[in-house]
Amino acid sequence: MSTANFTVPTVAANPGNTDDLVEKITVKNLDFYYGDNRALKDINVSLYHGRVTAFIGPSGCGKSTLLRVLNRMYDLYPNQRATGTVRLDNDNILSPSQDLNLLRAKVGMVFQKPTPFPMTIYENIAFGIRLYEKLSKSDLDGRVQQALQRAALWNEVKDKLDANGLSLSGGQQQRLCIARTVAVRPEVILFDEPCSALDPISTAKIEELIDELKEDYTIAIVTHNMQQAARVSDFTAFMYLGELVEYGETTRMFTTPSDRRTQDYITGRFG
Amino acid sequence: MATLASGASSPLYAKRRRKNVVTMAMAYAATGFGLSWLALILGVLFWEGFSGLSLRVFTEMTPPPGASGGLLNPIIGSLVMTFLAVLIGTPLGVLAGTYLAEYGRYDRLSSVVRFINDILLSAPSIVIGLFIYELMVAQMGHFSGWAGAVALAVIVVPVVVRTTEDMLTLVPDTLREAAASVGLPRSLMIQKVAYRAARAGMITGVLLAIARISGETAPLLFTALNNQFWTNNMNAPVSSLPVVIFQFALSPYKDWQELAWTGALIITMAVLALSITARFLGGERKKS
Repeated sequence: MSTANFTVPTVAANPGNTDDLVEKITVKNLDFYYGDNRALKDINVSLYHGRVTAFIGPSGCGKSTLLRVLNRMYDLYPNQRATGTVRLDNDNILSPSQDLNLLRAKVGMVFQKPTPFPMTIYENIAFGIRLYEKLSKSDLDGRVQQALQRAALWNEVKDKLDANGLSLSGGQQQRLCIARTVAVRPEVILFDEPCSALDPISTAKIEELIDELKEDYTIAIVTHNMQQAARVSDFTAFMYLGELVEYGETTRMFTTPSDRRTQDYITGRFG
Repeated sequence: MATLASGASSPLYAKRRRKNVVTMAMAYAATGFGLSWLALILGVLFWEGFSGLSLRVFTEMTPPPGASGGLLNPIIGSLVMTFLAVLIGTPLGVLAGTYLAEYGRYDRLSSVVRFINDILLSAPSIVIGLFIYELMVAQMGHFSGWAGAVALAVIVVPVVVRTTEDMLTLVPDTLREAAASVGLPRSLMIQKVAYRAARAGMITGVLLAIARISGETAPLLFTALNNQFWTNNMNAPVSSLPVVIFQFALSPYKDWQELAWTGALIITMAVLALSITARFLGGERKKS
């Protein structure tokens, strides 16, 4: 448990009207360490089903780190550890008995740089599905098509499913990665600066996509772009130096932030 | 601009230019010196070896002195032993390289393994020959093709370990994370994603290992020795091109010496072809 000696701002505990929302992920007293370096300090936050939560803050504030805790991606590396609890539904995913592969199938992730696998477009998607389901060829074809449609990529690639995934443009590759994530039917999707390597048109497409996807998923997005956070998210969390400074409904956060630092950041005074 | 123009004619600048000209001339001269030896070797090889190149070389056995013959048995012997060496050495090398680059990347043990592998990589091949001689030939009581193949495999392993590790290390971590993010266990991530991304480079490594062992003479002298005749028995001494070249070239017989030249030409061409293929594959990797 954390021995933090600072107070959590009251607003963080009261993100607004969340009565009729289902808490999908609940983070409690989360601390994170890179070796001895404490990168996250007593984080408390909830992600709601059917809603998009944006994490904003200057570089190095810990927002990507927080995201990587939610699917325990940090476990790939030595000397990184998290303490506290992160509940997905009712399971503490930080417990050592958590099966990481199953967790990551449930909590998908889209990265900053598009990362298609070095295989065909079709295989990029079918690959993940085959891991957990045994489907007939036609069912699999259907699922691949569904995923590509979901990611608004089907019309552009339906005639070249056998082409290498790397032959697509950056924006298409990123949508391929979203399709790949959606195909394994996760419950939560984490977006780690998904548009920072994309042009404005691709960015608009991805944002549109996030808006469509949120009906069925719990979505978290890390972004450096405050307009983007304002556009796509329902809740916004502002992080600074490893702390969650303020968390609330996006409209309120961007109009009447209650913390001085949040206000300074969203008005562009630092960061 | 004015200062630059006046600077161009300043004595300091002129001096630097002179230095540059001298350094460049020396670099060209050194390169030319090195390359001229290579050209000379290839030239003599062609001059001496090309005339002996005929169909007979590939269809007839090595002759006794004074008779006519070819290099069929050493060519086949070399091919078979090289093939077996790669068959034994590649899986070992790939697995060890995979350990170093994937599972053991952050372990202290891997730096030890890496260090030992580097020693093995630069071990004189005659030492490896002696080692296998003690281990296999002395135990079995006779020279054999198997011993030759194992000796060559010992040379293959460190080369493949090194290239496999290097190529896997080049695969970006983001790709590994992406694989993990769809719930892929590590073993499958390595097989389906990392190997695929590193494939061209890993194949290049194996080709370079083949190029390396196809010219090795010392390890075979102690293990497979030589055989005047055809044999499919890997338990018996087996002929190989490098050893035949060694023997024939040192012999006093004119026709044996000619065959040695031809054999040398064949090996050189084969290794050259392998290197060019490896280059080509390596280039492919960089483009993608």
